[in-house]
Amino acid sequence: MKSRLIRCIAALTCLVSLMGADWRQFRGNNTDSVAVSDTLPTTWSEKENIAWKVPLKGRGLSGPVIVGDRVYITSSSGVGQTRLHVQCFSVKTGELAWERQFWATGRTQTHKKMCVATPTPASDGKRLFAFYSSNDLACLDLDGNLLWFRGLTHDFPNASNSLGMASSPVVVGDTVIVQVESDADSFSTGIDVATGVARWRKDRPRKVNWTSPAVLKTKSGETLALLQSSVGLSAVKPKTGEVVWSFDGGASTTPSCTVADGTVYVPSSGVTALLPQGKEKPKVVWKSGRLSPSTPSPLVYGGRVFAVNRAGALTAADAKTGDVVWQMRMQGPFTSTPVAAGGLLYFFNEKGLGQVVKPSEKAGEIVGTSPLEATILCSPAVAGNALYVRSDGHLWKISK
Amino acid sequence: MIARFATLAGVLVALVAASHTASAETPEALLKTLRSVGREGKGNVAASRAVRELSQADATILPTILRGFADSNPLAANWIRSAFETVAERELQKGGSLPRAELEKFLLNRKENPRARRLAFEWLVKVDPTVQARLVPGMLDDPSDELRREAVQQLTDQATVLKKDKKDKQAIALYRKALSGAVHDDQVKRIVEPLRQLGEKVDLQKQFGFLTSWQAVGPFDNKDKKGFDVAYPPEKKIDIKASYKGQLGKVAWTPVSTEQEYGIVDIAKSLMNYKGSAMYVTTNFQSDKARNVEIRLGTPNSWKLWVNGKLLFAREEYHRGMKIDQYRVDVALKPGRNVLLLKILQNEQTDNWAQRYQFQLRVCDGTGSAVLSQPTTTTSVLPSSSKSLVVKGSK
Repeated sequence: MKSRLIRCIAALTCLVSLMGADWRQFRGNNTDSVAVSDTLPTTWSEKENIAWKVPLKGRGLSGPVIVGDRVYITSSSGVGQTRLHVQCFSVKTGELAWERQFWATGRTQTHKKMCVATPTPASDGKRLFAFYSSNDLACLDLDGNLLWFRGLTHDFPNASNSLGMASSPVVVGDTVIVQVESDADSFSTGIDVATGVARWRKDRPRKVNWTSPAVLKTKSGETLALLQSSVGLSAVKPKTGEVVWSFDGGASTTPSCTVADGTVYVPSSGVTALLPQGKEKPKVVWKSGRLSPSTPSPLVYGGRVFAVNRAGALTAADAKTGDVVWQMRMQGPFTSTPVAAGGLLYFFNEKGLGQVVKPSEKAGEIVGTSPLEATILCSPAVAGNALYVRSDGHLWKISK
Repeated sequence: MIARFATLAGVLVALVAASHTASAETPEALLKTLRSVGREGKGNVAASRAVRELSQADATILPTILRGFADSNPLAANWIRSAFETVAERELQKGGSLPRAELEKFLLNRKENPRARRLAFEWLVKVDPTVQARLVPGMLDDPSDELRREAVQQLTDQATVLKKDKKDKQAIALYRKALSGAVHDDQVKRIVEPLRQLGEKVDLQKQFGFLTSWQAVGPFDNKDKKGFDVAYPPEKKIDIKASYKGQLGKVAWTPVSTEQEYGIVDIAKSLMNYKGSAMYVTTNFQSDKARNVEIRLGTPNSWKLWVNGKLLFAREEYHRGMKIDQYRVDVALKPGRNVLLLKILQNEQTDNWAQRYQFQLRVCDGTGSAVLSQPTTTTSVLPSSSKSLVVKGSK
């Protein structure tokens, strides 16, 4: 019995360690933009710390996702960006393993800064869920075999936004959750990963919304999906869509909430920290108007909340009190949400300038700047001591 | 224990049998399963199995898969495409070849599905470098807009060289030829600019098939965006001689036309930017036969569209951008006169970027090629109102 238990623990440890090596969705497995055990270079250039760089097709703001020894990325191309791409590359060499294309079945109009491949794909470790602004959702196995395909605007023709959709899916258990929220038809839906059939579909506020769901692991061990909108935030059961609790204090429709140590940090009145109270209304721990996240979502790391404002100023606040601890000027503007790894924060501005910040108690210090000389709007991924970032035209693996 | 074993064995036998039965299905049957997928995941489970089986075949199946696109809905087309790509990619990765002759034959058959033909083209060019030069010149009027695009690009490139070499006459001829097949706005722009530099006139309204002469009536109330679901009198009956109680008093139909080359009818400029209002515009489209067309609309305002009294689409979205072909609506035209009615609504936003009150509407086929209203024996498609629109402050 004892040896069986030990074997189980060993297997679990191995599994957790393998999962930790992946970056399976927008802002990582826990939607918190934090890489737990990776060490990344602080500078890079064409000659240094770039393992490989590969060309991509068309356009893309979506981030890469990493599962095992493969990197997956989406793009859109063609007249009106009606062609949807999924590409899979080798982590080790950057070699293209496979590519699949689809025709958009929904509307493909976007703001010129955005494109149809704006949402980051997600994976449950066995399947890839490629989602696009056209609200097409393709599920493939990791070798590129189509498992199912959904056209959510094909099914619900008013579910679209003429400025483009950006919300990325998340996977919770065996449900993939997407927010399809616009001025016209607005809903979120939880889809069975095995069949592509909706377990639930719920009406949402009829207002454009570019935020992505986050995941919250509760004290009781349950995992909830957090759905943000202009109205506020709802915590829902992934299998049923049942709202467990909600916060109705309003929230941004661009940067998304994040979770750290059981507290939810919502871009609302600046940033508002919420402490879930079971099924009751969450407790507002603090609000800070001095934290003013623009497009990038806030990041919580090492007991600090970090937010970049429109002017490119990075503000660090105490995660427990919301008190601003320090501020520093960065070179913006930013669309990409930063990531944290190895005690450092990694930012890419829209011009492709990578800026690595070492946050200390009383100040932040830039310890590395590295240009990629390309427009970078995606949020990067971290896995296996490597940083993955993409422009429209290229995907880079940055590692020592 | 024995009973449990027997049950398990039974399940296994059933599974093997099911698997055997499934694998015995013909490619045509598997393709039929893929074509059966529908809204909200209908048919996904069966299609998932069918696409897996189809994808295991060798490259000789590719022409069959292409033929399977016939009458496929947009969802099914993606399933079928995936099977094709999986087979073709695997074949090339292992150093094999594609059935070029059959793919080319399929590509050249214009009766086949346009998207499937485009797919055949994309894979042919990977294995046959002569395809572009051999086949593209014949695609200028192709039923696939993406194949047309290739031919238009070739001609435009050739014309550009001629223009650079000061061979203006030949350049104009080639640009004109390219324009005859061009259906994408970016290509049209790249052709029209040099043509105009060479002193040529181009009628873009006709090129795209914009409808430019309308009758308009309004404003009706849309304060607090409540007018979207209110059926004002024009929704019940279009009577061009009628007058109605409007938002600001009595309103009557008045002619509105546009000379803007992209057919933009600007209500704010031609009439007035009535805040919180609904306007109706109507026109006739004369079709020589019963035919399926697309109505393509661009507007930053909310709208509803009826053709021959049937509501085709309604969209409540304000000021999220406007673009040519922003919305595409399938329409079955009847022979003779077809009556279009568009309800267009303005909200009460005060932001300077939220003041547009306009639309552009064209009729075209599936490629985007203009379908023009046929001339009628009368000079006007609609009787003109003898009265002007009653505007602000009128009672």
